[in-house]
Amino acid sequence: MGRTVELAAPVAPAPPSVRVLTKHGDTRLPPATMPDYDAACATYSWTDAMQGELDGLPNGSGLNMAYEAADRHAAGARAGHVALRCLRRDGTREDVTYAQLAARASRFANVLGELGVQRGDRVYALADRVPELYVAALGTLKFGAVFCPLFSAFGPDPIRARLDIGHGSVLVTTPALYRRKVAAMRDALPALRHVLLIAPAGAPDARIPNALNLSECLERAGDQFAIPPTDPEQPALLHFTSGTTGVPKGALHVHQAVIAHHMTGKLALDFHRDDVFWCTADPGWVTGTSYGIIAPLTNGITSVVDEGDFDPERWYQVLQNERVTVWYTAPTAIRMLMKAGAELAHRFDLSRLRFIASVGEPLNPEAVLWGVEAFGQPIHDNWWQTETGGIMIANFRSMDVRVGSMGRPLPGIEAAIVNHADIGVEVIDEPGVQGELALRPGWPSMFRDYVGAEARYRGCFVDGWYLTGDLARRDADGYYWFVGRSDDVIKSSGHLIGPFEVESALLEHPAVAEAAVIGKPDPVAGEIVKAFVALRDGHTATDDLRLDILGFARTRLGAAVAPKELAFLDELPRTRSGKLMRRLLRAREQGLPEGDLSTLEAGAR
Amino acid sequence: MTAADVRAVLLRELHRIAPEVRPETLDPRLPLRDQVDIDSMDFLNFLIAARRELGVDVPEADYGRLRTLDACVEYFTSRRPHAEPAAQPDRK
Repeated sequence: MGRTVELAAPVAPAPPSVRVLTKHGDTRLPPATMPDYDAACATYSWTDAMQGELDGLPNGSGLNMAYEAADRHAAGARAGHVALRCLRRDGTREDVTYAQLAARASRFANVLGELGVQRGDRVYALADRVPELYVAALGTLKFGAVFCPLFSAFGPDPIRARLDIGHGSVLVTTPALYRRKVAAMRDALPALRHVLLIAPAGAPDARIPNALNLSECLERAGDQFAIPPTDPEQPALLHFTSGTTGVPKGALHVHQAVIAHHMTGKLALDFHRDDVFWCTADPGWVTGTSYGIIAPLTNGITSVVDEGDFDPERWYQVLQNERVTVWYTAPTAIRMLMKAGAELAHRFDLSRLRFIASVGEPLNPEAVLWGVEAFGQPIHDNWWQTETGGIMIANFRSMDVRVGSMGRPLPGIEAAIVNHADIGVEVIDEPGVQGELALRPGWPSMFRDYVGAEARYRGCFVDGWYLTGDLARRDADGYYWFVGRSDDVIKSSGHLIGPFEVESALLEHPAVAEAAVIGKPDPVAGEIVKAFVALRDGHTATDDLRLDILGFARTRLGAAVAPKELAFLDELPRTRSGKLMRRLLRAREQGLPEGDLSTLEAGAR
Repeated sequence: MTAADVRAVLLRELHRIAPEVRPETLDPRLPLRDQVDIDSMDFLNFLIAARRELGVDVPEADYGRLRTLDACVEYFTSRRPHAEPAAQPDRK
């Protein structure tokens, strides 16, 4: 493997400071799905992709994500191929073939029908990465309801906000998660009509009022389900993400997003028929759904589903024992593996591993190069968002890697760097200039709404561009380079965290008068959530109080969202109009110049 | 330092990372992360703190062996610098 990748002298016109990993002489098998990037872009069309790669529902009755992911394979030569290889926490594994997956998803769809769920209703999942989660996703899509996965490490507050906003009517979860995070607020969720518990049939701990045992429901249901006609524009997936202000945003995706899931998996992740693919993301985040559920299945390959938590040695065992060929992971995980050292990787037989990609936040150059040291191949960074539904910009198998760059736009994707001023959007053609990254709307997996917040949705589109909120620049050869966020959203371990959601929880603590939350740079997580708190009169800033507030926030928000650090301030910096100046707190935290403070309240300087 | 002392240090550091955890509800024989809501960063920070407080170097490759509280106690107790079986007075 190592011989196909070498560190070359930068070739003009890449800026001299840029390191390039060239791939000339890549004779590995199988050949790249996209051997010539420019040629692919020149002739690409989404319509051709749809017609050439996907089947559509029988009799021309539309396009359904679950049909493309499971049913069409179950009805053909792939029926006995392993679709999901589920690795359980207890060390056991369960293989689910395409035929079994399609049948179980049909049972789930029948359960929804028997419960009186309507098409378009929202079915939420709050569970670890267990087979039932994937069955629920595909069954919901078959039925024509909307699937909304939540991250199981969320605390009750984020769960409740997301169920509220999306009017969740069904929740698939486990008895333990239900008891810990949902039961106490069930009465406050009138839209939530059904709770389905993932537990063995007859399990005593699943005997909970107003909840059903999912296994018992599935056993009773039939394993045949005729997918109703599905309009390609019918809503399919709901993914929550965070903005600087206000409540979480529910990005709605439609069934034809499957064209982008499929094609981006094929082109950006280089899927081939015999691949064993491992996406380490949880379906509670968009990556874990688009690439942890849909894309590998539409491509008919085997997808590894690991219930366990991150652990360097165990992860290498998974890569080795499951003979993973394509691996899609995140910078935080890669940096944790780096800490464990390349020698640990060398102890395992990873000879099957032929393509590694990363997403979530920019992959620092050291991590890209470490991939060569540890695995004999570079790690391919790519970029996309919850709103884009699929990979938009990527380092491709057939393309040299400019270390630290997010790569080039997918075929079919038009990207630009723009200047967004009050008068409108101005495209910056000159290379190397920083601006906001924008995409031309029209790709199949573009979000179609923020549920319940249409004005906010419309605000994302200006002068015919979707504005991503990410700052970037493009070099003379069309490679894009991430610069930062244009807002105060925190990116921790690749996940977006809205400061407002965290601040709101902190303000519920009786001692807290004011709260501001920022992303503090962190060598492993990219950023960690740090809170600044001003106390109400009568409370003293002690270490015990600090821990009490942190514990309070963790109980409400969950470990993934709650602050990792908390500092007391007498007063928080605000503009004259009262707006929190998180930017100033961030600058102070990093020891940077604080910028123009002229609009700041005098007392808080 | 006895195993009980090591356990006390570990619980104190766990409290600093996840103050909401009530030690009396933990089963020390079961994986910690199955019982409490701590993420990978928290767990890493816990081990870093334990390392610092107990003066024991923990290679990252050993992290996988430290899933339960009992396993942590055993690991750190047996690797304390100059750890002698019994009869040695506790250093603070």
